[in-house]
Amino acid sequence: MFDDSSLVVGLEIGTSKVCAVVGERGADGSLNVIGLGQARSRGVRKGEIVDPKQAEEDVRNAIVEAEQMADVEIRNVFLGVTGGHIRGFNNRGVHPVVSADREISNDDVSDVVKNAKAINLPNENTVVHAIRQHFFVDGQDGVTNPVGMLGSRLEVDVHVVHGHTNRLQNAIRLVKGLQLEVDEIVFNGLASSLALLSNEQKELGALVIDIGGGTTDYVVYANGVIKHTGVLAVGGDHVSNDLAYGLKVPLSRAEKLKLEYGAARVDAECKGRMVAITNELGLPLKTVNVEHLRRIMSLRLEEIFQLIAQDLEQVGLFDYLRSGVFLCGGGARIPQIAPLAEQQLQMPVSLGQTNSVSGLKSALDQPEFVTAIGLLKFGALKNRKREGRPSLAQGIKGALSSLLRRS
Amino acid sequence: MKIFGVGGAGVAVLNLLAGEEFAGAGQVAVNTDAASLAASPAPVKIQLETKLLRGLGTGGDPERGRAVAEEQFATLKSACGGADVVMVVAGLGGGAGSGISPVLARAAREAGALVLAFVTLPFQCEGNRRRQQAEQGLELLRSVADGVICLPCQKTFKLIDENTSVLDTFRITDGLLVESMRGVWRLLMRPGLIQIHFDDLCALVRNSHSESAFATVEAAGPARAREVMEKLVAHPLLDEGRALAEAGAVLVSLTGGKDLTMAEVNRVMEQIGRHCERAQIIMGATVDGAIASHLSVTVIAARHTAAVPGLPAIPAAEEPAEGPAPRGTTPLPASRGTSSLPAPLTSEQREQILTRHAGGRPRKAGPKMRQTQLPLTIVSKGRFDKSEPTIHKGEDLDIPTYIRRGVALN
Repeated sequence: MFDDSSLVVGLEIGTSKVCAVVGERGADGSLNVIGLGQARSRGVRKGEIVDPKQAEEDVRNAIVEAEQMADVEIRNVFLGVTGGHIRGFNNRGVHPVVSADREISNDDVSDVVKNAKAINLPNENTVVHAIRQHFFVDGQDGVTNPVGMLGSRLEVDVHVVHGHTNRLQNAIRLVKGLQLEVDEIVFNGLASSLALLSNEQKELGALVIDIGGGTTDYVVYANGVIKHTGVLAVGGDHVSNDLAYGLKVPLSRAEKLKLEYGAARVDAECKGRMVAITNELGLPLKTVNVEHLRRIMSLRLEEIFQLIAQDLEQVGLFDYLRSGVFLCGGGARIPQIAPLAEQQLQMPVSLGQTNSVSGLKSALDQPEFVTAIGLLKFGALKNRKREGRPSLAQGIKGALSSLLRRS
Repeated sequence: MKIFGVGGAGVAVLNLLAGEEFAGAGQVAVNTDAASLAASPAPVKIQLETKLLRGLGTGGDPERGRAVAEEQFATLKSACGGADVVMVVAGLGGGAGSGISPVLARAAREAGALVLAFVTLPFQCEGNRRRQQAEQGLELLRSVADGVICLPCQKTFKLIDENTSVLDTFRITDGLLVESMRGVWRLLMRPGLIQIHFDDLCALVRNSHSESAFATVEAAGPARAREVMEKLVAHPLLDEGRALAEAGAVLVSLTGGKDLTMAEVNRVMEQIGRHCERAQIIMGATVDGAIASHLSVTVIAARHTAAVPGLPAIPAAEEPAEGPAPRGTTPLPASRGTSSLPAPLTSEQREQILTRHAGGRPRKAGPKMRQTQLPLTIVSKGRFDKSEPTIHKGEDLDIPTYIRRGVALN
């Protein structure tokens, strides 16, 4: 019965696929992926659920597949959320230390974090994450754990991720409708960055860009803490749509062409190359110019990176990214996307690799599942923290036993 | 600097200018009608005359006006000699204004001056023929002059009421024209705190294919910055502020007394900036010792709209110019709805498009061919038809990038 606490399940309801990943947390804290289920997603656009019935069916299929592979029963999940409505910003909270000896206690820390969380959000938004960045003790910067230090004024920088309440609730209610408990909602970009970045990379500073089907999420880490998050509601679907438009082909055909012939850059060898599209009988329908295809794709992808670059320039974080940029998500599979991103962002770009997670090789290698694996990591960390805090029963037992021992 | 009033309306405007701050400019009245010239107080008068016209005017035919002006081209050119800037004022639609002003503009250009044209378009009640003639004249002017600021008289209907007489209405229209000229004159002539250069002005009005809207408002007193803004936004000539919202480029000139504060300038500019988010704003401010405690703001807003088809070649008049400036190109409004692939491009046009995307090259005279885009096909959003559009900084990102950037696939 208590073994369930070592089981972690991450569920991502994405625009192109729904995937559920089951992982087992070992005693030493390592994570082992034991099951993966996925289904094509039909009820989601731009990261948000537009058709709950179809989405529910897809989620059910994915969960069932994951359960079968891992041979467990899934009861609660960590749900990944995204969408154009999600925003992130930094906030600072201040709290004067009141105790006589000016020692900072745990209560002071929770008070100051609560102050930092008290922000003026618009009415229809709720906070998804409030992540502590750094503490400031009497103005001294860079304190990670101030408990036990002396000081008169405690401040904390907190990065707040918030989103539209109703849209977030849509996703939660959908999952609850399948008799699953939602342990917590997690921003997809945060999950991806947890999966990809090692501590060293977080220290040096890194940008993680998750190019998904409906949205592109990006997260900036600097000095070991998360500094900026953002969502751009443009993704692989937009690329397919552009192609359907520009090449005058139906959407499904455009997606196939994208997967087969698409690339992020137009190079000399594809000039004048034509591809014949055939119908089911093999008879040629029309020819498509590969150069046009690549140009259309290239423009759209360039724009995505340009928008991200503009955003980063606005917050002034370009100088902090010494580890470079990591790409993940389905969009990371596009050939030559790394050189294109390098050109637009002027920084070394590489495809992200999940680390410190073992298990199903098929899941770990593919960039589409990075977010779901990140959800696992998040879940594992949360569960570990929860276990660290003794429950009520254990507390009483401990107190009684210490009483008995003393007498 | 020289100001030429062409045709009946132009000469009438010159009468209003007499004696004011335009003292530094030489004023010349040009007409075919001897009577109107005789009544004008302008210092220099040129009567364009041929045996055919016999001093009675062109009879409302721009062709005659043009023929007469071409004949007397040398006279016109020498009249422009010695001026750096030539302002041509005319009322389009009739014979003299529409016919002579393009030729005059060309003459001025050849004489080495920079040409600014201030013209009015006829009332709608004046009929189709006048309107067509006015539009043709406008096109010709656009191709020759460095900048054209035009006032459609129809807009003055909003400024008058039922009982205004016809004469008064015309006077009001002329007055508006004079106001705009004064605004531009002040920008260029007065030593300003923040100068606007003529090139900026030209760049602004050069590529707008429909009206540039302009308005001048004045306010006094302690809350003048706010009053000025309120008046601007309610001004009928700016379509109650809509012209600002749709503008691609805006030129603002502030003139105040010695007590003009930077804060006021800032406030006005901020508000204007908020109204025209997509526009490129050029600002100039001058201090005029003579005005005390007044703040006067002149706004010229140029709208970028769909290109009009080039006219058939007109003898020696077509001055080549380039496509939309690469500098500060604002994204074309999504409502243009253009999506059809353009007709097969000639190599020159192809080069144009490529240089446009190389971006930032200084403009030089190139072939002036504008591709028309028929707004027939609706940009349906395909997959995103029923979902909420992704708007980023005013751009709808659901529309394919290659369409928004105007990249041609051939």
